[in-house]
Amino acid sequence: MTTPVTPGRRRLLAVPAVLALALTAACSNSSGSGGGGSSAAALTGDCAKYQAYAGHSGTKVTMYASILSPESDSLEKSWAEFSSCTGIKIAYEGSNDFESQLPVRVGGGNAPDFAIIPQPGLLAQMVKTGKVVKPPQQTAENENKWSPVWRTYGSVNGTFYAAPMSANMKSLVWYSPKAFKAAGYEVPKTWADLMALSDKIAKAGSAKPWCGGIGSGTATGWPATDWLEEVVLGSYGGDVYDQWVSHKVKFSDEKITTAMKTVADWMQNPAWVNGGFGDVKSIATTTFQDAGTPILSGKCAMLQQASFYRAQWPKGTNIGPDGDIFAFHLPAVNPQVSNPVEGGGEFLAAFSDRPEVQAVQNYLSSSEWASSRVKTSQGWVSANQGVDKSLYTDPIDKLSAEALTDPAATFRFDGSDLMPAAVGSGAEWKALTAWFAEGQAIPKVAADIDAAWPQ
Amino acid sequence: MPTDLVLANSAWTDATIKFGNSAGAVAGFVGILLVIFFAAGRAGGRFTRPLAITVMLGPAVLLLGIGLVVPLVRTVYLSFYNDDSTRFLGGANFGWALTTSHIQEVLLTTLLWLLIAPLAATGLGLLLALLVDRMRGQAVYKSLIFMPMAVSLVGASIIWKFVYEARDPSQPQVGLLSRVVIALGWEHPPNWILSQPLNTFLLMVVMVWVQTGFAMVVLSAAIKAIPDEITEAARLDGATGIRLFRSVTVPMIRTTIVVVLTTVMITTLKAFDIIRTMTGGNFGTQVLANEMYSQSFEQYNTGRGSALAVILFLAVLPLVAYNIIQLRKERTVR
Repeated sequence: MTTPVTPGRRRLLAVPAVLALALTAACSNSSGSGGGGSSAAALTGDCAKYQAYAGHSGTKVTMYASILSPESDSLEKSWAEFSSCTGIKIAYEGSNDFESQLPVRVGGGNAPDFAIIPQPGLLAQMVKTGKVVKPPQQTAENENKWSPVWRTYGSVNGTFYAAPMSANMKSLVWYSPKAFKAAGYEVPKTWADLMALSDKIAKAGSAKPWCGGIGSGTATGWPATDWLEEVVLGSYGGDVYDQWVSHKVKFSDEKITTAMKTVADWMQNPAWVNGGFGDVKSIATTTFQDAGTPILSGKCAMLQQASFYRAQWPKGTNIGPDGDIFAFHLPAVNPQVSNPVEGGGEFLAAFSDRPEVQAVQNYLSSSEWASSRVKTSQGWVSANQGVDKSLYTDPIDKLSAEALTDPAATFRFDGSDLMPAAVGSGAEWKALTAWFAEGQAIPKVAADIDAAWPQ
Repeated sequence: MPTDLVLANSAWTDATIKFGNSAGAVAGFVGILLVIFFAAGRAGGRFTRPLAITVMLGPAVLLLGIGLVVPLVRTVYLSFYNDDSTRFLGGANFGWALTTSHIQEVLLTTLLWLLIAPLAATGLGLLLALLVDRMRGQAVYKSLIFMPMAVSLVGASIIWKFVYEARDPSQPQVGLLSRVVIALGWEHPPNWILSQPLNTFLLMVVMVWVQTGFAMVVLSAAIKAIPDEITEAARLDGATGIRLFRSVTVPMIRTTIVVVLTTVMITTLKAFDIIRTMTGGNFGTQVLANEMYSQSFEQYNTGRGSALAVILFLAVLPLVAYNIIQLRKERTVR
């Protein structure tokens, strides 16, 4: 090991120099495209209305959500014009595993710029990580176009974090007006009527009255939580519902177990379910997307599902009061409760405050975007008061929009979405799935869920 | 149209930049390595050996530290804390894991997996190795049997989920299994995925399907490595068929069998994709690995999730140790 040192050292120096050159080349390459657009140029023609969001040409924001195609296609279409005018590209990614993957991505330092969060509970969890960025002033002002209750759902500990993007009405029952007409059935106005009708359909024998499916990948069980929530809200009204959601009334409370009994008499009645799929247990393995299809072939008569189920019907299905498919408002279990409406919604949380991210956030909270979204597809409703109701071309959407903005209604947000994630997207899903799949006793189901409540 | 073009263009620039960046990073990495190796090669005298050890072993030790030791220590630490790691709980999480009936059920199911799936995969692999080795065109059969190994566990699960799909007997059947048993005269086949405890075994089929090829290939190689003299000597002594297999083949490949068995066991303990894809842990099919994920990332209880991770780690540890010991033995035999 006595080779001369000099040539070696020279080579030693040469390597980092080459390296530096290579790195500089790579870096300059990327910065070159970033400043490509002329900043804040005046937008003309059709694009003029996006002037407020201009100046971010050539930028890209990422968005992560649970909305899958085909719903996501029209979602992307709703901001296509905004995107091409302002030059902000919105890279959308939808995932079936959104609820479990978002915390992993945020915790791993790989947060998207935006997440469309459908559960205030998950939003609170994300805020807890400290990675959610408060929205800009303009977004907070746009939010005033929604009724005040929505601000509380987009807030955590009194601080406003995420503006609602969409609203949906859960308290609907899908049915076939054609089939009802042919059989001489009438749309029920009360819970008693609904139960009597179910019995009548079951006795007629050609179809089971109800269809149901609670399968939804790793979120399996959520439709069952909706059924329970509808019944709790419709039996006891908003106050008990609020106490239940905050665990002041436990699942094992007699009120809730009674409500579970009501659900069992309804959706676990072997004579009433699960038309076209099998027995009561088959509800657990039927995906919620598939659940309604037997209505079209006359295997079952009704399906309780939210307004967004509108998107699940095959292309060409005639949806309307005299068509193949329509929906009616699920009546209150207790007639004393005034017009209960259980609803959900999606909130746009940002994990970055880059200017282009804020521009998108402002745009997506505006009435203009909401109107654009309403125009791109049916089956989508906003509770934004700035949206002209005549834009809704679909009777279901009109029905939902009216219910969601009706001051007399007893409106409450989806309960499992408000509960802590350990319950709302964990134990309650699992326990109610087991309730349907294994026929577990109600007290055990209730105790299992109560045990998961964070201490 | 222009919009699409712009988008396509930006996608191309995007791709080019990304490619440039990765190429730069790779070049940088290689450069740094060259510098280090060069420097190490220059060093002389009594530094040569320690320096060589550091240079060669250093990165591996560093990565092991970052990727294994630190997370391990942290997981153990977190397992003593509450859901958001703010309050010390002592052994409460472990107490919860061992006394909650649901988790006991999970542990039992995991144990079932651990015992049955690897034995089935190894046994089937051994049988196939013996049978296929005598066939003409064995390479073709071996490739076919080995093929599922190339499918990801998620892919395999989706395939088998379709097989187990059940519909009301009065309806057209989507699932292959229901279709077959109905054709065989079973009027009311069950909803497979829902039937406990059958469903756990049906899920194991997926693991066996994937792992059998691996077992077969390794065992077949071991069988072929048995010296012909030994087999011939046994034959001369009058051993044939099952006797030859039991007294000569199996003892000769015993270490290989153990290695295959423990390797499949370790894979089985970590079985996560199958359960997650096919049942999401519902219907009494939950196993430890998936429950750990569910506790940590769906119910946000880091403490309980970590406790389950520690239990899983302790369960895998002896298997890994045994596996390594057997591998070493096998090496010395050869």
